[in-house]
Amino acid sequence: MSTPSAGQRFIRGILPENPVYRQMLGLCATLAVTNNLKSAVTMGAAVLFVLVCANLMVSLIRHLLTPHLRIVIFTLTIATFVTVADRLLAAFLYPMSKALGPYIPLIIVNCIIICRCEVCAAKQGPLTAVADALGQSIGFTLALVSLAAVREILGTGMWFGFRVLPAAWPDWVIMVLPPGAFLTFGLLLGLTNWISAQRAGKEEA
Amino acid sequence: MTMKASGMEKTDLKNASVDPTLTEVAPSPHLVEGGRTTRRMMIDVLVALAPLVGAAIYFFRWSAVRQMAICLAACLTVEALCALMRRRRPPLADGSAAVTAIILALSLPATAPWYAGVIGSMVAIGIGKALFGGLGMNLFNPAMVGRAFVMISFAGALGAAGYQDAGSAIDIMTQATPLTAFQQSGVVTGLADLLIGRTNGSLGETSALACLAGGLFLCLRRSAAWRIPASMLAIAALFAILQTGFTAQGWTPAHHLCGGALLFGAFFIATDPVSSPLTPQGQMIYGAGIGALVMIIRIFSGYPEGVMFAVLLMNGLTPLINRWTIPPPFGEQ
Repeated sequence: MSTPSAGQRFIRGILPENPVYRQMLGLCATLAVTNNLKSAVTMGAAVLFVLVCANLMVSLIRHLLTPHLRIVIFTLTIATFVTVADRLLAAFLYPMSKALGPYIPLIIVNCIIICRCEVCAAKQGPLTAVADALGQSIGFTLALVSLAAVREILGTGMWFGFRVLPAAWPDWVIMVLPPGAFLTFGLLLGLTNWISAQRAGKEEA
Repeated sequence: MTMKASGMEKTDLKNASVDPTLTEVAPSPHLVEGGRTTRRMMIDVLVALAPLVGAAIYFFRWSAVRQMAICLAACLTVEALCALMRRRRPPLADGSAAVTAIILALSLPATAPWYAGVIGSMVAIGIGKALFGGLGMNLFNPAMVGRAFVMISFAGALGAAGYQDAGSAIDIMTQATPLTAFQQSGVVTGLADLLIGRTNGSLGETSALACLAGGLFLCLRRSAAWRIPASMLAIAALFAILQTGFTAQGWTPAHHLCGGALLFGAFFIATDPVSSPLTPQGQMIYGAGIGALVMIIRIFSGYPEGVMFAVLLMNGLTPLINRWTIPPPFGEQ
C-alpha cells in the first residue's frame, strides 16, 4: 500500500475524507459551537493552529515514538498547543474565549487531531504532515461554517452578526439551540451523502 | 442494476395506475370484513375531528378557519413534494397528511402567526414523517414534532403568554387560557365553560364535550385503541386526586381532566397508531406514562400544559414498550 503524497493528503482532508461529513469526528465541538459563524470560524482557526503544530511536532519526533507510549505523547503534544491557543484567545479575543467556554480546551480530546497524528504524522515526513493538517482543518472549518451559516441565518436572520434578512424575519430560536444543531447536521449530512451518491451514479453510467 | 431499477420506476410512474413498489400486504386472518385500510381509519379520524373543528370555528371564528386552511395547504404540499422526491405517487388520498394538518392546526393558538402553521407543517411532514420513510415509519407523532419545533422557535407567539390577544374582537381570545390563569393567578374557570369550550386555548382543545364525542366515536369504531385514552385519563385523574383530594372547590380533578389539551391529546394525539405501542398491555403502559407525564409537567414545571412533551417522550419509549410486552408465542411457557 503506497502512502499518499502531500498533495493527496491536502485534497483528501477537504472533501473526500472531510473530518465532519465523512469521518464524523469532532462532533461534540461541531454541534456546540456552530450556532453562529463567528464562533465557528474561531473554532476552525484554533483547530487549524493546533493541528498544524501537533502534526509537525509529531512528525519530527516520529522515529522516537514507542508503540505503547505514543498516545500519551500525542495527547501531551496536543495539550501543549491547545493551552497556547486557549491563552492566546483569552488574551486577544476575550469575549470569544468566554463564548466558546470549554470547547477550546476540549480540542485536546478532539478525535480529529489524535487521528491525524496517528494516521499521518507518525508515519510521514513534516511536509506531508503539515499538508495533511492544513487539508483536514480546512475541511473541518468548511463543515463548521456550512452548519453555522444555516443555523445563524434561520435562528437570528444574521451572518457574522450583521442582519441579512429583513427585520420582519421571525427568528427560528430552535435553530440556535442544541436541537437545531442535530437537525441541521443530520440534514446536511444527508445532503452530502445524496450528492456523492448522485455523482457516483453518474460516474457508473 | 440500480440504474435499471430507477428507469423502471420512472416508466411505471407514467403508465401504470398502481405503483409496483407499494404492494398491499395484510396480516392473517384474511377475512372479508369491510377492509380496515389506512384510508378508512384516517377518514374516521377526520369525522371524529368534525365536532372539534365545529367548536373551534364557532368560538374562534375566522382565526380557526385561517389556521386550518394554512396547515392543510402546507401539509398536503409538503407531502406531495416529499413523495415526488422519492419518485412515488403522492399518497394524498390516504388522508394521513390531512389528519396531521388538522391536528396540528387544532393544537395551535388562535393568535398563531401564519408562518407558525407553515413551518410547523413543513417540519411535521418533512422531518417528522418523510425523513423517517413516510407513513408507518415515523417514530414520533408528526403533528407534535411540528408543534414542538414552532413552539420552541417562536416561544413569544406560541407560549402560554402568546394565547392572549388583548386587542382581539373575540372575547375569549383576550383572556388567559384556563391552565395559565390558574397557574399564574389562581383564577378557576367554571366547569361549564370548560365543557362547552367557552375559554381561550389551542383551537381544538377548548371544548371537552366535543373532544369526548369525537373520541368516543373513534374508540367505538376501533380506529383508536381505547386502552390508551382510558389509561391516560385514569392515571391523570389519580394524580389530580393525589394533588387536590376530593374537593368540590377550586381547581378540582374534574378541572384537570377537562382543562387544557388532556382530552384532545388522549383521544386524538396519543392514539396515533404509528407512534403508539401495538400490544394491549403496551398501550396501557403508554397511556399511563403520558397521563403521568402530563400531570408532572402541569404540577411541577413552568409550563402550564404538557400534553405535547408527554406524547413525544412516550413516543420515544414506544419501541421499548413493544419489546417488553411481546406476548409469548402459543405453546411456550
